[in-house]
Amino acid sequence: MTVGPDNYVALSAVLFLIGVVGVIARRNPLIMLMSIELLFNAANLALVAYARSWVMNTGHIFVFLVITVAAAEAAIGLAIVAVTFRRSQHVDVDEVSALRG
Amino acid sequence: MIAFWILALVLIASAVFTVTAVKPVYSVVGLLLNFIALAAMYLTLQAEFLAVIQIVVYSGAILILFVFVIALLSSGTRPFEVGPDKAPRIAIPAVILAVLTLAGLTVTALHTHTAVVLAPSTGGAAGDAGAFGSIANFGTALFTTNLLPFEVTAFILMVAVIGVVLIAGDVAPGDGTPPRRKRRAGTREPIVKDTLVR
Repeated sequence: MTVGPDNYVALSAVLFLIGVVGVIARRNPLIMLMSIELLFNAANLALVAYARSWVMNTGHIFVFLVITVAAAEAAIGLAIVAVTFRRSQHVDVDEVSALRG
Repeated sequence: MIAFWILALVLIASAVFTVTAVKPVYSVVGLLLNFIALAAMYLTLQAEFLAVIQIVVYSGAILILFVFVIALLSSGTRPFEVGPDKAPRIAIPAVILAVLTLAGLTVTALHTHTAVVLAPSTGGAAGDAGAFGSIANFGTALFTTNLLPFEVTAFILMVAVIGVVLIAGDVAPGDGTPPRRKRRAGTREPIVKDTLVR
């Protein structure tokens, strides 16, 4: 059996599933951020697979932009985690309500 | 082809380990394995430049940032760990929701028009200058067709840097006094906990 784009997209969906479970079920903000990175990576894998499928590098450009935005997101998210921990010593997102509107 | 299945196994296993690990440090290790396997997966898709970028940016920069923050937060008297999550009940709805997401993604993917087999790449063999996925090919597309998104990316990074400095910096933007001292002058800031400085 040959490996086609569908295999890659299915794998991407499975990885996305695992990441969604991590974001929803875990309450540690660091692990939630890492699960968000898993989501980014799953989307990137699908983009690269489709780019390879059509032999167009537009998908590669998209992945490049996603990686950049993911870096910015990780930096800001970790800064928020650090400040939150400095203020309240809590690392459970359910206990943090300072950002509630 | 055998590489795909091995890498897929590594990817899924490391992702599961990342999500289910007790301590964040273990998650970082799982995530590192995941990123490296994904870079190898990019190589099987002839995205050579993206594989390098994946290693350099994700494994080299973002993961180091995670490790650094974990080390920073656990440098105080209290060890930085949460232990078991307080609401494991939510795991069941989370799995249900995730399976629904997977079903939606699968249906969407099956209705998307794709080539069944990977088409042979054009522009020469892999590794040649100008071949699909090579640095020359990528750079040409990035700096000609997609120049504006590239510039916007630079702007986003600048905004992120400024935002991080404003959020986590010690000095308030208005006056020159550290916000911690201001709070303590007010009322009931519990003593302590300068774990970040110590």
